[in-house]
Amino acid sequence: MTRVHDRGGWPGAGPVDKSEHELSWWEKRTDAMMVLLQSPDKRVIRVDEMRRAIEGMDPAAYEKCKYYERWLTALETLMIEKGILTREEIERKVKELDGRR
Amino acid sequence: MTPRFKPGDAVRVRAGSPPGHFRTPGYIQGKTGQVASLHGAYKNPETLAYGGDGLPKQSLYLVRFDQAAVWTRYGGSPRDSLLLDIFEHWLEPA
Amino acid sequence: MHDEHGHPHHDEREPTYYEKRTDAIQTLLIEKGLFTADEVRRAVEEMDARSPARGAQVVARAWLDPAFKARLLANAKEAIAELGITVGFEATIVAVENTERLHHVVVCTLCSCYPRGLLGYPPDWYKSLNYRARVVSDPRGVLNEFGLTLAPTVEVRVLDSTADMRYLVIPQRPAGTERLGEEELAGLVTRDSMIGVAQARTPASR
Repeated sequence: MTRVHDRGGWPGAGPVDKSEHELSWWEKRTDAMMVLLQSPDKRVIRVDEMRRAIEGMDPAAYEKCKYYERWLTALETLMIEKGILTREEIERKVKELDGRR
Repeated sequence: MTPRFKPGDAVRVRAGSPPGHFRTPGYIQGKTGQVASLHGAYKNPETLAYGGDGLPKQSLYLVRFDQAAVWTRYGGSPRDSLLLDIFEHWLEPA
Repeated sequence: MHDEHGHPHHDEREPTYYEKRTDAIQTLLIEKGLFTADEVRRAVEEMDARSPARGAQVVARAWLDPAFKARLLANAKEAIAELGITVGFEATIVAVENTERLHHVVVCTLCSCYPRGLLGYPPDWYKSLNYRARVVSDPRGVLNEFGLTLAPTVEVRVLDSTADMRYLVIPQRPAGTERLGEEELAGLVTRDSMIGVAQARTPASR
């Protein structure tokens, strides 16, 4: 198994980019959904499952994706894995909401 | 459960990349340090990550390493250290 | 224009892939009863309300009150609760103290664990691959990039948060602050100083 997330001492890493961005609404929503699903009264997912889902991403995608892009990918993976959502259902909803814009 | 190690004990981090999720970074595997403190007993992330219950709980330690013992070409001060939280089943006596 | 979740869609641009999917997944999970739109809104508000100012309040109190500092170092969650601050369910906060001889800096090399229950969202650089890669193997080099150069006589101690502990650094109290009150002291405590990539501000540099 590739350990693309295991970054300590990763060779060739360059200077730290210290620029920051204000989180956008979808990043905050993704964060909020993840935290809610982990809350003690829901416990739909565990933080460890989320980490495992992120680590299971295609290594190139892991490196390319921004932080909350990984979170949303993991959220999708876990919801499908747990049988709560299907891929088709998500695609259908994306189209449906597109039509309403 | 009774913790196997106590503060001050020399420990070596087990090496290896078992399939699945684990929280022991590659860079620290095979390295020797000293137990700094015992955090207590915590659920095992290796089964929690797959929907398991994380039981039995595992002793979790804060382990201190000399930087020079971790990186062969460490460029800082010989005083510098690195501390990680490591579960007991990843540690063996050194 | 606002959609049914109240998203502030100020511009007319096409939403991005991730915006669309966030919307779709949230709508579906609400329809399926996993949470309500209101719960999501409140969760966002709760995170927005957490900010380094809370951590700064805790540090300022620790600087002023040695008994509080001792309690903070022994059991951070309980000590923080004394100030009326709740840190959420997510993890155990552990406070560590910087001194003249010891400087802590925090990272999570495997993901991006951060004391978010106290400090809010982590900064982008904390989550970056380069910070995660280098601060463990070249901490002094990374600290230099942040403008912090420490003498070789100081032990630089890197904490890699690999488990359930979320480390909060209590920076050194700057010299010349003996007369300052809690609020003024808190104004010197920056987010970066509580991660350990900076010292607290001095009154002159404020």
